[in-house]
Amino acid sequence: MATILNVSGVTKTYEGGHKALKDVDLQIETGEILALLGPNGAGKTTLISVICGITTISDGTITVGGHDHAKDYRAARELIGLVPQEINLEPFETVMDTVRFSRGLFGRPRNDALIEDILKTLSLHDKKDSRIRTLSGGMKRRVLIAKALCHEPRILFLDEPTAGVDVELRKDMWDIVARLKDTGVTIILTTHYIEEAEAMADRIGVISKGEILLVEEKDALIKRLGRKELIIECDPPVDTIPDALSDYPLTLSPDGGLIYSYDTHAGSTGITALLADLRKAGLHMVDLSTRQSSLEDIFVDLVKEDAA
Amino acid sequence: MNWHAIAAIYRFEMARTFRTLLQSIVSPVLSTSLYFIVFGAAIGSRIDQVEGVGYGAFIVPGLIMLTVLTQSTTNASFGIYFPKFIGTIYEHLSAPISFYEIVIGYVGAAATKALMIGLIILGTAHFFVDLTILHPVWMAIFLVLTCISFALLGFIIGIWAQNFEQLQLVPLLVITPLVFLGGSFYSISMLPPVWQTVTLFNPVVYLISGFRWAFFGMADVSIGWSILAIVVFMGVCLATIRWIFHTGYRLRS
Repeated sequence: MATILNVSGVTKTYEGGHKALKDVDLQIETGEILALLGPNGAGKTTLISVICGITTISDGTITVGGHDHAKDYRAARELIGLVPQEINLEPFETVMDTVRFSRGLFGRPRNDALIEDILKTLSLHDKKDSRIRTLSGGMKRRVLIAKALCHEPRILFLDEPTAGVDVELRKDMWDIVARLKDTGVTIILTTHYIEEAEAMADRIGVISKGEILLVEEKDALIKRLGRKELIIECDPPVDTIPDALSDYPLTLSPDGGLIYSYDTHAGSTGITALLADLRKAGLHMVDLSTRQSSLEDIFVDLVKEDAA
Repeated sequence: MNWHAIAAIYRFEMARTFRTLLQSIVSPVLSTSLYFIVFGAAIGSRIDQVEGVGYGAFIVPGLIMLTVLTQSTTNASFGIYFPKFIGTIYEHLSAPISFYEIVIGYVGAAATKALMIGLIILGTAHFFVDLTILHPVWMAIFLVLTCISFALLGFIIGIWAQNFEQLQLVPLLVITPLVFLGGSFYSISMLPPVWQTVTLFNPVVYLISGFRWAFFGMADVSIGWSILAIVVFMGVCLATIRWIFHTGYRLRS
């Protein structure tokens, strides 16, 4: 796959000295969905803002579809659509007019048929002549997406698309993103909902304090960093870990069982030996289950490590 | 040139004008008519001619200038301030357009609106006074240049302003007094000599004087100075806008 967006050595220092981005490198492949995860204030929005041209960069280069985003800004920006985090819309305009305005702003000739198609995809078509101020919050968010899509961008940025959105709409949003991906649009979304990244992304980037900590295939990331836990239920329940088992990394579960955590990629997981030793220690097992650590655990670990 | 973008901004702004027709066009026409009734008909009937022109007709160019200056400034400043205020400016900043195209769109729309109002007032004036315009081409040139220059000033104010109060500050506290003291309702030759000299530091004097010359062939200052004044004023505005866009002042952090 070809790289469609290349961020190289990008640093952003605000007036007053705050470094929002520190030497960021990021390559985005055509057609993928990348989720940028990070706590509040990590630099997610700043990164999007510098790529889209809303904020200037202090150092580094950004190319979009091979075009330098500063020298060749017209060609670069034509390829990008941005759905901002805040719902910024002219309240007194109609949906159709505001989307038409966006298309014109991006240098495209009027094409109402295309806009109506986009509105249909976003279930907004029956609202096309409604004034923005009469729409619900979820509808307004869809208008923002329509505005971002109406000039047929190749890359779509979604900055916290589901922040403050109810569960149903969040699922809708995920469907919309999946459909867009099918049309070949490259999508970069920021979120601090791990489940969102887990549900949608092909690759996951973790950003904290202005630095990209890692960018990796989602499945590989979960596999590589994922720890697995074996949960052993005992009868009668135990309240201390028997001395005979002190060599194993065991913890007590709240209901009197034992939790053994292990690395699935290690040469030996140690499970066979543990089970044998459990019997020797005279524990009576009634059930065994395993649990894979979620992206959330991985993320919390990573950010904690970074803070340390 | 991204013509579609310029057209989009221009159309969007003009649509706002027509959506708020009452406030945009009817209200300046009404207030001007009131000036005519009060100054032209009521008080004006007791005032002699000013340099051979009836007082009612004499104040027409000044009245048009008063409205056109205020309208072009407030329209352009509001036009660019509003997207900043509600946050839609992100779209302008991320679109494949140059700053100059943004200026042409907003300033063009604001100037068009002011020009329309100016012409409507001129038409309204015909109902109150007899008017013959001596140099119609020069009148049109002055009117258009004034609309554009003050729309440029308004655009700068809109970029600079960080709240609605600041947005109103310059039109209310600077432009209105300068226009009233710039000879809208009197010839500066009616002032004592000291004030005549002081008045020459008011740039609006040159605009009104030139505009009045186009109507009646008489002027407080020579027509050459008037043309120079408006060209210099426009140059200063353009240079300021160039600087704003070069530095990203109050637009791009």
